[in-house]
Amino acid sequence: MEKHITVPFESQALAALRAGDTVLLSGVIYTSRDKAHKRMIETLDRGETLPVDFANQLIYYAGPTPAKPGQPIGSIGPTTSSRMDAFAPRLLDEVGLKGMLGKGPRSQAVIDAICRNGAVYMVAIGGTGAAISKAVKKAEVIAYDDLGTEAIRRLEIENLAAIVAIDAHGGNLFVTGRAEYEEK
Amino acid sequence: MKTLDVQQITDAIRRMAVEVNTDLPQDVEDALVASCAREESPFGKYCLEQIVANAELARTEHQAMCQDTGTLVVYLNVGQDLHLVGGDVTDAINEGVRLGYDDGYLRRSIVEEPVFERKNTGDNTPAVIHINIVPGDACELIVMPKGGGAENMGALGMLKPTVGKDGVVDFVVNAVSNAGGNPCPPIIVGVGIGGTMEKATEIAKEALMRPVGSHHADPRYAALEDEILERVNKLGIGPQGLGGRVTALAVHINTYPCHIASLPVAVNINCHAARHLRTVLEGEEA
Repeated sequence: MEKHITVPFESQALAALRAGDTVLLSGVIYTSRDKAHKRMIETLDRGETLPVDFANQLIYYAGPTPAKPGQPIGSIGPTTSSRMDAFAPRLLDEVGLKGMLGKGPRSQAVIDAICRNGAVYMVAIGGTGAAISKAVKKAEVIAYDDLGTEAIRRLEIENLAAIVAIDAHGGNLFVTGRAEYEEK
Repeated sequence: MKTLDVQQITDAIRRMAVEVNTDLPQDVEDALVASCAREESPFGKYCLEQIVANAELARTEHQAMCQDTGTLVVYLNVGQDLHLVGGDVTDAINEGVRLGYDDGYLRRSIVEEPVFERKNTGDNTPAVIHINIVPGDACELIVMPKGGGAENMGALGMLKPTVGKDGVVDFVVNAVSNAGGNPCPPIIVGVGIGGTMEKATEIAKEALMRPVGSHHADPRYAALEDEILERVNKLGIGPQGLGGRVTALAVHINTYPCHIASLPVAVNINCHAARHLRTVLEGEEA
């Protein structure tokens, strides 16, 4: 049975999430991937403010295809999260980010940052970008427009299906899931 | 001698770029459907079912199945008795990419240079183009959109020739193990063994376009494909890396003769959206 989760996160609902939970996300989330992350970290290094307030927010590692006429967005599945591992801890520690949505495992440094910040890492199913686009009701570029598909987009979503992969209490579905089915 | 106007190549690439990104090959879809029955992990099964449903949705709605519509890898196999006319063939291919990615609302994922500004070219050009001269008077075109996530997980080993079969198996299994959930499993593992450094990677990529589950003509290498597939599916990675029995749908090995000192092994990984499309253009009598 899926849990309905609203973003920005409510603290009680966030704290209750455990690896292996299936969730339906609704509310407002932001896309960001490689180049936008690099830019944001450079912005923090200069002591400046980010273009988005990420407090209690979720970043979706995704770069969509162009929207067809009359549709809010094109295909928009997750990209490989590990490429953002070098940047994610600073967003969790410094600007109040609480959630990440992507695909694939994370580094120990990210896992540690998730735990100390009471955050969560979820996955959507990679390669199902056409299906995931149905959960996006509205999309607009709000920063770094020059990056094209890599711009930061504000998405209004309804019932975007995700799986909690890494929780703030040490749960990690990549580790437990693989161990359960590994044959030596 | 027959002639072919390169405009026909542009038109074909334009059409194929859209079709290949919206219509998953039937053999890949069949393999995914079959894998649902084998998968014991509930999350794994769920992922596989969603992947199949997404492929059907993409086909019905003519929408890209995955937002990563890739680097377009293009193979142009030109008959040696065919004369290409009407312009530069490389330009003709890239014009087809430019038009097709616009027609199909496909993502532009290519940057101008790899290290400094990494400015997006805005039209998904240039393609990565392989041109071969082959017998005959026709022109075969194959397109393969290759997503970044799976391509990034490839590996190349210049092994010692004396490591033999076990050394090759260990190298490939380690590459898949290290890739884990990153390349969007269930994957297809393309393995190129032999040749030189670049030849091994080329034949590894070509192996990804073989019919899913087809075997090497030499029974020893066919057995090696089975052995590696079994080892890979014991890793427990499973669909999307969440644990399960189905990490790979197939292992395809291509081989080439090599130097007495060398045993190159290349691993090129395809995500489950193993997209490729082939067409043949016939020339006209001049």
